[in-house]
Amino acid sequence: MIPLSHVLTLSVILFVIGAAGFVLRRNIITVFMCIELMLNAANLAFIAFSRYLGTLDGQLFVFFVIVVAAAEAAVGLAIIIALYRNRETLNIEDLDSMKL
Amino acid sequence: MEILFYICAAVSVLAALNVVLQRTPVYSALSLILVLCLLAVIYLLLGAEFIAVIQVIVYAGAIMVLFVFVIMLLNAGREVPSERSRLARWLGVPLVIAFLLEVLWAVWNQFPSGTAPAADFDAGPAAIGHLLFRNYVLPFEVTSVLILVAILGAVVLAKKEE
Repeated sequence: MIPLSHVLTLSVILFVIGAAGFVLRRNIITVFMCIELMLNAANLAFIAFSRYLGTLDGQLFVFFVIVVAAAEAAVGLAIIIALYRNRETLNIEDLDSMKL
Repeated sequence: MEILFYICAAVSVLAALNVVLQRTPVYSALSLILVLCLLAVIYLLLGAEFIAVIQVIVYAGAIMVLFVFVIMLLNAGREVPSERSRLARWLGVPLVIAFLLEVLWAVWNQFPSGTAPAADFDAGPAAIGHLLFRNYVLPFEVTSVLILVAILGAVVLAKKEE
């Protein structure tokens, strides 16, 4: 059987890769995809704990996370389209008009 | 069983690295779809059949199609590195590696590798349905309102202004 710590290690590695991409990438769509990667890493941890605790609540949390991710993707991509229409750029460095 | 998990884990880490290292968003999106499908296989190995199917249908199917669609609609090409992105690299990468080591240390201390999975575990759609509509009815209903608001918001935001 797969040890719990190995599944959690995979989850942590995926989360950290997503966080690194969030810091390093300049394209707003790629940054958004890195957020999805981090959400999936958290989902993996939920599934692993659900399996090892023998309860289904973790799986239902993943279900709700997926639903919220779908809503988030729809609204987020609509915001990106509206931004692109107004500013003609996807580079997050050019989208700093709210910076002090 | 175990060997399949380790193969999927290794390939998904490589694909996740590809998501981050590619400069062209379409390649990142395709790598992300690979990661999501491999995670669905891992969910199957962990006994979460329903979530594995949902992962493929909703995540890899619906959400990523939305991403690829927007990437192609906006014709997002290669990103060019800049001065500030170099600063992010010098500051961000050490911080992220420190975070990785810290959490790994916590995981390996907290959960020694001998932890056994629960013996009797029924994760079929029937069991999930019972739990969802008995204990989690309120979150389920709130979720439907959330979806409605998201649809309205997406339409209003993406609408062309007169």
